[in-house]
Amino acid sequence: MERIPILKMGACLLVSIQVDMHDRLALQLQDDLTTRIADTGARGVLIDISSLEVVDSFIGRMLANIAAMSRVLDAETVVVGMQPAVAITLVELGLPLTGVRTALDVEGGMELLSASFAAPGLEDGGGLL
Amino acid sequence: MKPSGTSRLPDILRAHEREILDEWIALQLDSLSTRRDLISESELLRQSRDFLSAFAEAAATGGLDRPSGPGWATVRELLDRLSEARALQGFSPAETATFVFSLKQPLFTTLRRTIPDAAALAEEAWRVTLVLDALGLHTTETYQRRRDEIIARQQQEMLELSTPVVTLWDGILALPLIGTLDSARTQVVMESLLQRIVATGSRIAILDITGVPMVDTLVAQHLLKTVAAARLMGADCIISGIRPQIAQTIVHLGVDLNSVTTKATLADAFRVALQRSGLAVTRGAAAPAPGSAGA
Repeated sequence: MERIPILKMGACLLVSIQVDMHDRLALQLQDDLTTRIADTGARGVLIDISSLEVVDSFIGRMLANIAAMSRVLDAETVVVGMQPAVAITLVELGLPLTGVRTALDVEGGMELLSASFAAPGLEDGGGLL
Repeated sequence: MKPSGTSRLPDILRAHEREILDEWIALQLDSLSTRRDLISESELLRQSRDFLSAFAEAAATGGLDRPSGPGWATVRELLDRLSEARALQGFSPAETATFVFSLKQPLFTTLRRTIPDAAALAEEAWRVTLVLDALGLHTTETYQRRRDEIIARQQQEMLELSTPVVTLWDGILALPLIGTLDSARTQVVMESLLQRIVATGSRIAILDITGVPMVDTLVAQHLLKTVAAARLMGADCIISGIRPQIAQTIVHLGVDLNSVTTKATLADAFRVALQRSGLAVTRGAAAPAPGSAGA
């Protein structure tokens, strides 16, 4: 069965969605990602959806759920590279993904994550890697 | 009522084409006396001659009872061109249709002169009326279609003109909104803004609503939608150009703009945007005015 790969980069998990999301794939990703965060103790998750061209209400909700779950597991989630059409669709569906942080591309997302790692109050306060 | 038997009209047309044309043109020039500024006499003459010869041709071969059939295709094409041209020249629909209807009078005069029998004359007149009515309606329809096209094109141009996205600085976009925001315009605004965000990799977008005359709950909702969509793409939005009256309306309506940074003027918003990008504007040594240097 096809899966969406989850790559570990230092304290971050990188998920790049390169195929059309269907409902089972999204559920599978939710399972895999939460397991990986728990296993690795990752502190940041970066989801790249630049190749995602079609979303429906279910996928939109899954994105919000995945972000919320990661946050519960103490990992910051950033969704990057959303297409204009996808953004408009999500807003029209009434899913503005309010708890999720966003960035224009992977680079911007990484900056956001390292900035939040470097924020005072976190114990090792070091860089991303 | 369908006329029966073969028509004598094609023969009459062929025999008296010259007279009919002269009478028709005199009539048209008379009724067009106030519209001479829109169309020249020679053009009218050419159009009338072309139409009458095509009409005679179609009457002989195409069958007078089927003005929508293939035999009349040339006549219809001619009328299409004519009414499109007249729609552009500024004629009214009635004036355009009169081009066809005014042919009735000279035709009837000729028929009356050439057919002595009253019953046959009535039948021929009825045939001519049917054909010319159908052609006249066709002219009006074409005219209407052409006008609709012009209106639709102008609307589209207005939409595109009224939503420019400008780059203020590297990574800072501004969208000066002018005119009332309705759903259709919001859609265009949103799309062009998001596309520019992707194209320029901008992190901050300023929505300037100085030119929006009125903000109600619907307009506010449209604005918030645009802000939410830009945020999903990873760009922050600042709304600027909020006039005092609009600020009052927003609060009275209970619109929640807490999630968005709002500023009174575009300059304030630009300052915030520079700050967030880690940029600052400082006053340097004044540059010498051009012309005064090396005096």
